[in-house]
Amino acid sequence: MLRYTLLRVLGAIPTLLLVIALTFLMVHAAPGGPFDDERVLSADVEQNIKQAYHLDEPLPKQFARYLTGLLQGDLGPSYRLRDYTVNELIGLTFPLSLSLGALAMALALGVGVAAGTIAALREGSYLDRWIMAFSMTGISIPVFVVAPILVLLFAVKLQWLPVGWSSTTGYSRLLLPVVTLALPQIAYIARLTRASMIEVLARDFVRTARAQGLGMFTVIRLHALKPALLPVLSYMGPAIAAILTGSVVVEEIFDIPGLGQAFIRGALNRDYTLVLGIVVFYATLIVSLNLIVDVLYGAIDPRVRYR
Amino acid sequence: MKRPLPLLVFVLLFVVFASSCSRDTPDVGVVLQRAIPTDPESLDQHKARSSQALEVLRDIGEGLVSYTPTGELVAAAAERWEISDDRLTYTFHLRADARWSNSDPVTAEHFVFGLRRLVAPQTASFYANLVDAIVNAPEIVAGDLPPKALGVKAADDLTLVVQLTRPTPYILELFAHPSTFPLHPAPIAEHGDGFARPGTLLSNGAFVLDARVPASVIALRRNELYWNNEKTALDGVNYHVVVQDAAELNRFRAGELHATSTVPSENFAELRSQFGSELRIAPYLGLYFYGFNLTKPPFKDNLPLRKALSMAIDRDLLAGKVVGRGEAPAYSWVPPGVENYEPTVLSFAALTQAERNKLARRLYKEAGYSDTKPLRFELRYNTSDLNRKIAVAIQAMWKDVLGAEATLINEEFQVLLANMRNADVTEVFRSSWLGDYKDAHSFLSVLQAGSAANMPRYANDDYESLMQRAAKQADVSRRALYLEEAERVMLAEHPVIPLYFYVSKHLVSSRVSGWGDNVLDYHYSQHLSLSATE
Repeated sequence: MLRYTLLRVLGAIPTLLLVIALTFLMVHAAPGGPFDDERVLSADVEQNIKQAYHLDEPLPKQFARYLTGLLQGDLGPSYRLRDYTVNELIGLTFPLSLSLGALAMALALGVGVAAGTIAALREGSYLDRWIMAFSMTGISIPVFVVAPILVLLFAVKLQWLPVGWSSTTGYSRLLLPVVTLALPQIAYIARLTRASMIEVLARDFVRTARAQGLGMFTVIRLHALKPALLPVLSYMGPAIAAILTGSVVVEEIFDIPGLGQAFIRGALNRDYTLVLGIVVFYATLIVSLNLIVDVLYGAIDPRVRYR
Repeated sequence: MKRPLPLLVFVLLFVVFASSCSRDTPDVGVVLQRAIPTDPESLDQHKARSSQALEVLRDIGEGLVSYTPTGELVAAAAERWEISDDRLTYTFHLRADARWSNSDPVTAEHFVFGLRRLVAPQTASFYANLVDAIVNAPEIVAGDLPPKALGVKAADDLTLVVQLTRPTPYILELFAHPSTFPLHPAPIAEHGDGFARPGTLLSNGAFVLDARVPASVIALRRNELYWNNEKTALDGVNYHVVVQDAAELNRFRAGELHATSTVPSENFAELRSQFGSELRIAPYLGLYFYGFNLTKPPFKDNLPLRKALSMAIDRDLLAGKVVGRGEAPAYSWVPPGVENYEPTVLSFAALTQAERNKLARRLYKEAGYSDTKPLRFELRYNTSDLNRKIAVAIQAMWKDVLGAEATLINEEFQVLLANMRNADVTEVFRSSWLGDYKDAHSFLSVLQAGSAANMPRYANDDYESLMQRAAKQADVSRRALYLEEAERVMLAEHPVIPLYFYVSKHLVSSRVSGWGDNVLDYHYSQHLSLSATE
């Protein structure tokens, strides 16, 4: 197990390097630079700026400079938000995105699994059909349609919740973004759970447990849930990726200062270091997460461990 | 319950995550909620660039002079000043009671320190050229002289002497610009480049930087040590970064914002009837125009063609109906509202549109085009709904009146900027210019041969010599004559198509008082007050 993990980690490094190099090239290939503006600068001033940020050096030298800093854990200064370094910006924005994503994931798992299980137990009934219909709409309607509608209804018209993230500091501002982010995942997880649960509930060991006198909820809790959740666990990888990408849209709509929003701003502003830094961060994160999922799989399904 | 541990861990994590997104830091006192569309790139006055950064900086710092709510220049950090007869030496006498937020007095040396840092090449400040008129400034920026050679000195603690190389009537206005504000050396010495943060940034203005969440909010609170603190009504100001117009409108509707940075252009009439006097529209020192690329055909050396295209546009219709938020059609390059100046107007300004169209058709033929041989060219603009609306309208006007066929190309802003600078592919492009100060020079200098902002690449010897003569002229009215003549010469060659003059548009809550209309759209928070909720 240890050897396997180590090999996986070592193999990830060339991947990361390739990602960094490609991003570096793409970011510099985009027309325009971080200091362009209609308020155009005189030649002297422009030269001074280029020198201060090493933009007058040839690309390979800039790349080498960046890599040296990277090895020391320094992602460089932000070219656009000049009072902050990239490390600081990621440090400020990532916990927020992580919290939102984690809460959304928790909500999605909780509600999704519960809904899917209920639908499976009442297979064929109206309740089942309603749950499945709701989940179908949850999958079909995009986030950027749902979010403004929710804002208009709950924040502007009813004024139950704040419109802007920065307008309050309380918990109420979490509600809409987390729900919006979780909705598509609730839908997917509900459907997955339902299908899987139906299949598990039809198995012999469940029938045996019921025959021995155990109540349905006990059977599910002790025996059926774990195997039924295997497909859901496999879905966790794509689910987390979907939450990552979905969070970008949600952060834009709700003006949440998270990592996704920083990424978009960085790209539009040609903030080379910020974009590169976030890509490095995300790439490292995804590689690590994949590793963790593999390990978790082994923990839940003993058959995998002994392979 | 068996094995409660997983559940407990889950609940604990949940609480941790939820609480990390929410903290209780209630606002103290009367706090104004304002909005800005982009996050200021820096609160270091020499690294700042965008108008949003300058807006926040105007609340944190204070320069020698400042503006009233209606846009008049008044004394601020300086009590009074003298100007020598040749208009080359300005002597400022500073206020004796002015203090930094750490209670140090504000001295002339702080102004000298700030100005030297502004022009120093290592600072790489965007506004280094603002003070080009000061002795040795251009040489310092170019790296030929050290910053100490700058023509400013502290005669004593409260006297600042500034030497200019040429008479510059608008130089006083430049001293209201945040890049010329005084700077206290201690924060930079202690914290280096990261000094412009809450807790370390010193303020000599009405407010102190209290907190900042990048891309979210900048919180200012009252500077008790400001010399005029008694007159400041607000205890704090929060600048919320709200990127989308629609989101900003929603927040205003919900009462979370007291003043917006703009107003969405859709459904404008509806907004007018809904918000009434809360909708504030006022002339703004800015111009929306189309520029010709004069370095290559078809517009190079083809004055009749350029004139034809310019005349065929119904500017009244454009400003009144297509844009329709109170903008004024533009028949000149310099907007109204500049000091000591009578803008020249295009020769066809007084004609009716029908007459203009007739003349335009004649010029179009003169240029060598007709219905069988129509002009085909590209019109580039940066992506935005409004730009597209205007481009489509003008494309239709050109087609109807002349038969000219314009292909519309929309590009991301950075891409368009790069194309305009290279002047390789552009033919007609959309652009705009905002004035930094209320002098015709801030617009006329754009089209000078050496200006990096001269996207059309306009070059005319008469224009240059008139501008140079104006620059040497100490007498204000004679200078105005030279500038007006320069504008007339330039307009007659039609290097650009002025379309309309900007308006500043804000939604300002009826609870806010002190919000004055001025062409620079400066609204210092120290002039504003917020009444209690109804």
